[in-house]
Amino acid sequence: MSAAWAVLRKDLRLELRSAETLPAMVLFAVVTIVIFHFALNRDTIQGQEAAGVFVIALLFASMLGINRLFVAEREQGGFDGFLLAPVDRGAMLLAKASALYLFLVVLEVIAVPAFKLFLLQPGLGRPLPGLIAVLALTNLALSVIGTLVSGIAVHTRARDLIGPMIGLPLLVPALIASARAAGPILQATHAPAAPPLRWVGTLALYDLVFALLAYAVFDFLLEE
Amino acid sequence: MRSTTYGRGLRSLSLLTVLFIAAALVMVFFYAPLDAEQGFVQKIFYIHVPLAIVSLCGFVFGGLMAIGYLRTGDRAWDMRSYVAIHMALIFGIGGLISGSIWAKASWGHWWVWNEPTLVSFLIVILLFCTYQPLRFSIEDPERQARYASVFAITCGAFVPLNFIAVSQATQFVHPRVLTLTGAHLPPAMGVTFLVSMIGITLLYATLWKYEMAAKNARSQLRRLRRTLLGEDLDRPYGRSAAPL
Amino acid sequence: MSQLLASAPALPLGHAGKFVAAAYIVVFVIVLVYVAIMAIRAQRIERDLDQLQRDVEAARAGSERDSERSGSLL
Repeated sequence: MSAAWAVLRKDLRLELRSAETLPAMVLFAVVTIVIFHFALNRDTIQGQEAAGVFVIALLFASMLGINRLFVAEREQGGFDGFLLAPVDRGAMLLAKASALYLFLVVLEVIAVPAFKLFLLQPGLGRPLPGLIAVLALTNLALSVIGTLVSGIAVHTRARDLIGPMIGLPLLVPALIASARAAGPILQATHAPAAPPLRWVGTLALYDLVFALLAYAVFDFLLEE
Repeated sequence: MRSTTYGRGLRSLSLLTVLFIAAALVMVFFYAPLDAEQGFVQKIFYIHVPLAIVSLCGFVFGGLMAIGYLRTGDRAWDMRSYVAIHMALIFGIGGLISGSIWAKASWGHWWVWNEPTLVSFLIVILLFCTYQPLRFSIEDPERQARYASVFAITCGAFVPLNFIAVSQATQFVHPRVLTLTGAHLPPAMGVTFLVSMIGITLLYATLWKYEMAAKNARSQLRRLRRTLLGEDLDRPYGRSAAPL
Repeated sequence: MSQLLASAPALPLGHAGKFVAAAYIVVFVIVLVYVAIMAIRAQRIERDLDQLQRDVEAARAGSERDSERSGSLL
């Protein structure tokens, strides 16, 4: 546990000092939202459309973070150091997934208001609590799958390509559930107070299954 | 890997396959009644659905073989996993194409989004298309086998989850036009479907064994060459996606 | 047999028949292509076996030690 915390602290400190990944992710998400305005030729959107647009912007921005997740470890021998230390190897998975999760949270803190500003229809009631719940689960899916896929990709030759190529299809069920859960609460009229339970349940199930699976197989990715 | 032979029993297996597939074809065209709604076009059902089901099971089977590799480290398991996934992908593409033809015949479009099996199938196929590029991009054979196994296990677990998610997403939007297997089928159709299902499953097993036998023979040949002639690890073909 | 043929539906050569035939033909062709690829591989294995046989005999005809080693393995 403390090993995971140590690795996580290191990643966060690195990011605070060099500030490469997170600003890029935020910028990417915001620009994507702006591009959607032009692509859809709409001033405001709501409901399922809004949910879809936001989830896609989140997905693309997370791909940037996923690509960078293990690069420093690979290039500067972090893997070797970690393997030599007498710690549980699952700690690396926990640390990296937590780092990605935190990055996504920061991203959303900026991207959700930006979305509200640029594209979301005003006067939508109180979608925020429901949206936070959905995004919390979505971030978990993105983090777990992202860490797994990034761990696979970092040792291949086509590093930047393999990650998104494998990750995007794997994330489809989570994205379906996420967009469908967020859709009704972003509606202009008759928006329910809470996101539909069926989709939240699907998302939670997906998170659980893949978190357990990732924990089971991650060790094999670290072996030399 | 010393005495495993895949050719044993292959002849009887393939004869059994021929028997069942021939029986299935005869039953499809001479025995099964015409569907009330779709008419003759419905006959595609008897080849499309078994292909899809066997393909999905093949992916899960590949995942199970991959677990075997990660537990034992014996590359034979990796070979089994690779062939299983390879075969399932081929069957899956057959399922996609036949599904598309069915869609065109039924509704006039080459692709429809309101059929969850087709859609979830597309996603699974897209995912497993990345299997070979992944393998190809890792040079070290042991690492290649290991990472491919991780991929196979993860994606094998993904298949049922994906099916659930996509079924949920489409079920309540459009009514299910294509009634699937189970209690909805009249008995004559049900029996025909069962025979076809067994035939396609046997076909998968036969082709899997066939390819395993060929790959095994080739790898034993190389090993023999190395032992008899004392050559170093010869790799005339350079990098490869297939386990050697 | 004649009963079977009598009850067989006449194949509608119109709209529907073409699609059904296309679907089954596509699957058939895929399997055939696969069999053809496997046949090519089988040929290559035979050729490699031949090559191996020739190489072993050449090595055997070479030095005494080589023939001893490969003799004990056969």
